Amino acid sequence: MRFETKEALAAVPAVRAVGVEKTFGKRAKAVGALSGIDLEIAAGEFVSLIGPSGCGKSTLMRLLADLDQPTAGTVEIYGRTPRQARLGQEYGIAFQQAGLLPWRTVVQNIALPLELHGVSYAERAERAQRLAEMVGLADFMDRPPDQLSGGMQQRVAIARALAEQPRLLLMDEPFGALDEMTRERMQGELARIVGQSGAAVVFVTHSIPEAVFLSDRVVVMSPRPGRITAVVDTPFGRDRPETLREEPAFFAKVTEVREALHGVPVERANER
Amino acid sequence: MRRALPWILGALGVVAVAALWELYKWLGPADGVVLGATAGQAGSGFRILPRTGDLNMPHVWDMFERLAAGNGPGTPPLWLSVLAAMGVTLGCAALGLALGLVVGFALALLMQRSRIVEWGVLPWVIVSQTVPLIAFAPIIARIGSQIDRGGFPWPGWLSVAVIASYLAFFPVAVGALRGLRSPDAIHVDLLRSYGAGYGQTLRKLRLPASVPYLLPALRLAAASAVVGAVVAEVSIGMPGGLGRMIIQFAQSASADPALPYGPVFGAVVVGLLAAGSVALLGLVLRNYRRGEAVA
Repeated sequence: MRFETKEALAAVPAVRAVGVEKTFGKRAKAVGALSGIDLEIAAGEFVSLIGPSGCGKSTLMRLLADLDQPTAGTVEIYGRTPRQARLGQEYGIAFQQAGLLPWRTVVQNIALPLELHGVSYAERAERAQRLAEMVGLADFMDRPPDQLSGGMQQRVAIARALAEQPRLLLMDEPFGALDEMTRERMQGELARIVGQSGAAVVFVTHSIPEAVFLSDRVVVMSPRPGRITAVVDTPFGRDRPETLREEPAFFAKVTEVREALHGVPVERANER
Repeated sequence: MRRALPWILGALGVVAVAALWELYKWLGPADGVVLGATAGQAGSGFRILPRTGDLNMPHVWDMFERLAAGNGPGTPPLWLSVLAAMGVTLGCAALGLALGLVVGFALALLMQRSRIVEWGVLPWVIVSQTVPLIAFAPIIARIGSQIDRGGFPWPGWLSVAVIASYLAFFPVAVGALRGLRSPDAIHVDLLRSYGAGYGQTLRKLRLPASVPYLLPALRLAAASAVVGAVVAEVSIGMPGGLGRMIIQFAQSASADPALPYGPVFGAVVVGLLAAGSVALLGLVLRNYRRGEAVA
C-alpha cells in the first residue's frame, strides 16, 4: 500500500489523460472525435479547453466525467478511474444550460446532490444556504427557477456543482447562453468562487478572452480528428481584477491563443 | 372575481345549451326537419332535426320536475334512485381508473426501461383500443365467471371495473411513457454524474417530470373509465348502475318522456366528478407543473 503524505497527495494530478482516443459509430463510418490526447492538470489548476465546434472539447469533458467512455487510452481523476471519481463525487459539473429542476426552489436545486447522497436535512439546508449566499442569491433561496434570469440560473447551477465540495469542477460552456455583460460579471465571480474553493477546473469555452481571463493554462484544440494543438500558459496569478482585461499582457495572451487557434500568425491592423 | 370568471362562464355555457333546446322546441317545426322526403310517404327521407313535441323533446324544467317526483304514490323521488345508481357507476369507474392507472403506469415504466419492450408492447396497447367494447365486455364477464373456483362468485361489478380499466389504461400508458421520457439529456447526465441509480433517477427526476404529461392523460382516463363503466353495465346487463337505468327508462320514454334524462344527468355529474377529482389532483401537484406552458 502506498503511503501518501500531504505533499504526495498534492502531487497527484487532478486530471491525467494518456493517449485518449474516442471514436463514434461503427468501424466503416467511424468518426474520430478525439485522437492522441495527453493532458495533465494539477490540483487547484484552472485549465480552459478552447477550439472550434467539433474539436472534441465537450467530448473530452464528458470522458473526464464518466458520461462517456474512451475508445482507447486511460483517464485518471486524482489517481482514480473516472467511474470511481463519479461515484465518489470527486467532481462537480455544470453545463451550458443550467439544467435546474423546475419543480425545486433554488436551495432545493443546490441541495439535490446532497439529498441523493443521504446528507441529513439540517446539514443540507445549511450548506445549500451558504452556497446560495456565496453565489449572491441570498434573496432568492425559495424562488423556483422560472422566476430567475439566465445568469441567476447559471449561478444556481454553479452552486449545485460546488455542493459536494469537489476537488474538480467540470464546466461545459457554462456562460455560453448569457449576454456579454452578464458573462463578464459571472467570469469575475467564478474566479472568486473557485479561488475560495481551491478546486481544479476544466472549463470548456468558445471565447478566447474568457479563457485567458480565467485560466492558468489554455488548451487549444482543433477538429477532425479532435486533438490538442497548443497549450498557452496564462500566468496572471490567482487574484484577477477586472482591470486585467485592459492590460497589454492580457491582449498579448489573447493574440497568442488566437494565433494558436488559427495555426498562423494573425496580421494586426497596425502592422500591415 | 378573476377566479370566479371560469365558473360563471361554465354555468353560462350550461344555461346556453338549455336555452338552445327550449328555443328550438319553441320555434322549430312540429315535425322536425326532414331532408329528401317523398311527398305522402311516411317515414321517408332523413330527419336531421327532431320533432319538437313534448314526447320527443320534453321541457328542460319537466326533466328536473321528473327528477323530484317518485315513480308512483309512496315511492321515493327519482333523484334518490339516480343518486344510488350514480354511486354504483362511480364506484365501478373509480376502481376501473385505479386498475387502469396501475396497469398503464407499469407498462409505461417497462417501456421506458427498455426499447425492446416498447417495440413489443406499444403496438398491442394501440391495437387494444380498436376492439369494440360492446363485443369485448361479455367476453370479460364470461372469462371472469370461469376464473372463479373458490366458491366466491366473480361479481358483475368487477367485470364492469375491468372493462372500464381497459379504456382507462391506454391514455395513462401513453401519457406516462411520454412523461417518463421527457427529462432533457442534461438532466439525465446530471443525475448520472451524481452517481444516482435507476430508482433515484426515477424518484427525483422521471416521476416529477412526468406529472405535466400524466395529468391530462388522467383526465382522459377518468372520463373514459366513466364511459366504459356505463357501456359495460349495459353490455353485461349489470343491474343497479346508470347504464342499466338509462336502458330501462328509455323503454318507458313513450309514456314518460322526461324520465330517461334523469340517469343521463346522473352520468354527466359522474363524469364531472371524475374530471374534477383529477383537477383537484392537479392542484395538489401544481408545483410539478412549472414550465408546463414553456414545454
